[in-house]
Amino acid sequence: MVNPEISSLEKRIQQSPSKTELNTQEYFVNMGPQHPSTHGVLRLVLRMDGETVQDIIPVLGYIHRGIEKKSESVGYRQQVHLTDRLDYLCSLMNNWGVSAAIEKAMNIELNDRIETVRTIVAELQRIQSHQLWWGVFGMDLGAFTPFLYGFRDREKITAIFEETIGARLTMNYFQPGGMMYDIHPDFVQKVKEFIKYFRPILKEYEDLFSGNIIVQERLRNVGIIDGKTALAYGATGPVLRASGIPYDLRKIEPYGVYSKVQFEVPVGKVGDCWDRYQVRMQEMQESLKIIEQLIDNIPEGKHMVMKFGAKIRPPAGRFYSQIETARGVFGTFFVSDTTDKPYRMHFRTPNFHNLWSVLKMAPGGRVADLVAILSSIDVVVPDMDR
Amino acid sequence: MTKEELLQQVCGLADGMTIQEQSNQPTVNVPVEKWLSIAKTLKSDQRFQFDMLSDQAAIDWPQENQIELVYQFYSTSLGHNLMVCVRVSRQNPIAPSLYQLWPISEWQEREIFDLFGVRYSDHPDLRRLFLEDDWKGYPLLKDYKDDFMLERPW
Repeated sequence: MVNPEISSLEKRIQQSPSKTELNTQEYFVNMGPQHPSTHGVLRLVLRMDGETVQDIIPVLGYIHRGIEKKSESVGYRQQVHLTDRLDYLCSLMNNWGVSAAIEKAMNIELNDRIETVRTIVAELQRIQSHQLWWGVFGMDLGAFTPFLYGFRDREKITAIFEETIGARLTMNYFQPGGMMYDIHPDFVQKVKEFIKYFRPILKEYEDLFSGNIIVQERLRNVGIIDGKTALAYGATGPVLRASGIPYDLRKIEPYGVYSKVQFEVPVGKVGDCWDRYQVRMQEMQESLKIIEQLIDNIPEGKHMVMKFGAKIRPPAGRFYSQIETARGVFGTFFVSDTTDKPYRMHFRTPNFHNLWSVLKMAPGGRVADLVAILSSIDVVVPDMDR
Repeated sequence: MTKEELLQQVCGLADGMTIQEQSNQPTVNVPVEKWLSIAKTLKSDQRFQFDMLSDQAAIDWPQENQIELVYQFYSTSLGHNLMVCVRVSRQNPIAPSLYQLWPISEWQEREIFDLFGVRYSDHPDLRRLFLEDDWKGYPLLKDYKDDFMLERPW
């Protein structure tokens, strides 16, 4: 094998392929790292031909915190705190991902109460995350009202979480072996109230935004990616499902109590921004369905099956486990050497992989389309950079 | 196909392939010289059809003087998983790039190059991903040290 040459950003920019057909002047535009529609510090170097995007060079690392390196110096219980800081809108599901990986490695059997509560809370967070996405999506397209609506309804779920968990963003709720606390006595009632409140609101969302002709024009046939390409380019979650591949770990490798509940996996046909929008809107409906089936019969039991404070020492080996977050597959890979700290911890984050498919979606479109595409894959930059 | 059958069939592809026991997934060790041709078979063979490369990670083993590359495959049509471990030497870590088989690999390999210094031959755009282009050293190696690192006094 030949020893390859190591490139740099400057070289990459110089080698960017020129595809201009007309005699227009090509130029480069930096989108980000402080661009409001990149939702954080994501920088995209765009090669422009007039108003058309020819090539995209993503530049990451503006919020790289070395979480994988840090993981090697803290114990297994503390990994959960670090995963909060990856995808902060899905912190509970990230907690679940790492807890489940450790539980699988240790062969810990959880009781039904833990599994049920985890599923309910995770689905609540899926709705919460999609609400925020919906609001921000509207704002990126130039509509300000969805942002206020989204945050208004998101607050209801945040209040439920605050009561039970004590935190609003970085939850740190699931632990290997269960949950930190049992649910609040009002939890069941509050969740039921929320479902009752949110069903008509979802219709309101549709009335306000989906039917709007400007929204339709901005989203339909923009950023098309077919299923095969999306799969090869590593997309998962709503991005992959919008392209017509029903890959959802909740169905394929059911964890929690997903095997006991009835729900559909919404899929799109074309794979454009509109389909990704529709898939997420339908996912909120499905999440409501799941919660409704579970909330009335939460089994009795302990909220923690392990002893608190006991050091966790998984058997030696390589462990990989994955779960479905609101953005796609969150995988945890770790290597144990039977000590109380992982030898190596690696997170497969959904946004990092989904961003790569943008390189297939955006070329040929306008910059305004790129904003819609970025928003439709629902970027969270700390999740990419780790 | 059961886990055992899958492992047996994959191991039958070439000499020198062994089953990695210490793992919660079906896992095989593949020698680095044969890795590219085996990857092609894993992608195209009717028995395997691994069309999804979910994840790539690396592990540093300084005592054995090796870096281990770990690949997670999934087949959407057949629904089976496979973990592949490939070891490269630590002094001169060169591995084949898989970006022509699974385009996402280009992106994942850049991360491993950035943090472990593994160089991928035929990679179209091998450069740092998270760190600056002129960063010295590879942070996820076990013996990495730099001026900003804080060590615990205990």
